[in-house]
Amino acid sequence: MEYLNLAVKSIFVENILLAYFLGMCSFLACSKKVDTAIGLGFAVVFVLTITVPANWAIHHFLLASGALGWLGLEQLDLSFLNLICFIAIIASMVQLVEMILDKFFPTLYHALGIFLPLITVNCSILGGSLFMVERNYTVMESTVFGFSSGLGWLLAIASMAAIRKKLRYSHLPDGLKGLGITMIMTGLMAMAFMCFSGINL
Amino acid sequence: MASAAKKLLMDPFSDNNPITIQVLGICSALAVTVKVDTAIVMSLALTSVVTLSNLVISLLRNVIPSGIRMIVEMAVIASLVIIADQLLRAFLFDISKQLSVFVGLIITNCIVMGRAEAFALQNPPKESLLDGLGNGIGYGIILIAVATIREFLGFGSLLNHQLLPDSYMGNGLALLAPGAFIILGLLIWGQRTISKYVEE
Repeated sequence: MEYLNLAVKSIFVENILLAYFLGMCSFLACSKKVDTAIGLGFAVVFVLTITVPANWAIHHFLLASGALGWLGLEQLDLSFLNLICFIAIIASMVQLVEMILDKFFPTLYHALGIFLPLITVNCSILGGSLFMVERNYTVMESTVFGFSSGLGWLLAIASMAAIRKKLRYSHLPDGLKGLGITMIMTGLMAMAFMCFSGINL
Repeated sequence: MASAAKKLLMDPFSDNNPITIQVLGICSALAVTVKVDTAIVMSLALTSVVTLSNLVISLLRNVIPSGIRMIVEMAVIASLVIIADQLLRAFLFDISKQLSVFVGLIITNCIVMGRAEAFALQNPPKESLLDGLGNGIGYGIILIAVATIREFLGFGSLLNHQLLPDSYMGNGLALLAPGAFIILGLLIWGQRTISKYVEE
């Protein structure tokens, strides 16, 4: 129940894109077509679900203050290495996922195409791991958090792509075309998502 | 200053602004702009990281094998961000608490990576340094503009000095996420109308 609550919270109430602004760059660049948006969304769900628990393990068993106690190094606090280790883990996980998909699920691999490598620099992935550290999640919580944050991101980008498709037929002032109107629509969407706040299961 | 160097430095301020024209680094532009002081600190942190990373990558550009250049760039950027993060924690602890994860997220800020890829890999150190500095300042201008509007509407204050009378209730929307999106959208509209940039 507690996990379901966390999931609802990270999908709707604290949507990683609409409330924390993470992953905006790829959100803006890849929301022009619905199928690419959905493809990228699934890739993000996939990678977030793997990397958040993986980084949890790195943080807890190697880098956190006192984590190396079993080596007799209780005083050691390596948490300043979090950033560089997390990004290395993310980059290698993305590479690994790419290779596995290529070998065993070629259709999915071709559908995701260029988006998989791009995910390394999507800030929602690194952001997910950093929030996991900041909020002291357990391993189960971080898996749920990773998965549902990804799902929230997928929801946001898929609906934005659908709106932008319709928008092609509207007549906008020149300066507002493209980025300007997309930001304002994202704002309206964020406002709609705020209606979910306060939901507690 | 020679005109080429001046152009490198000044172009990103408006005509080729990293946020409003190149669409890079939007995430942090929205998240840290609730107050002007956090926005200023964030701009300083990003400007120093992007300037130094451009310089270092430009110095290394002839020895980086192209196959692993991403990893090398990541390592350079991540080390610089760690330094910035530790410095902020040491000297500006309160603000670094408010910035929370967003200092770390400079690593994945597309401006840093984008300038390294697009400029520093092909150009000599001096030009890369100026390009990094210009883009950092261009980012800072937008960040501080958004933060000024949000803090003024939201709290009626600037840099924590109360400007409006206490009877001003404060506009909560400007402080929340939707306010940030809409204010940045309007700023982009204004900026693009002035510089006559049209996106197809």
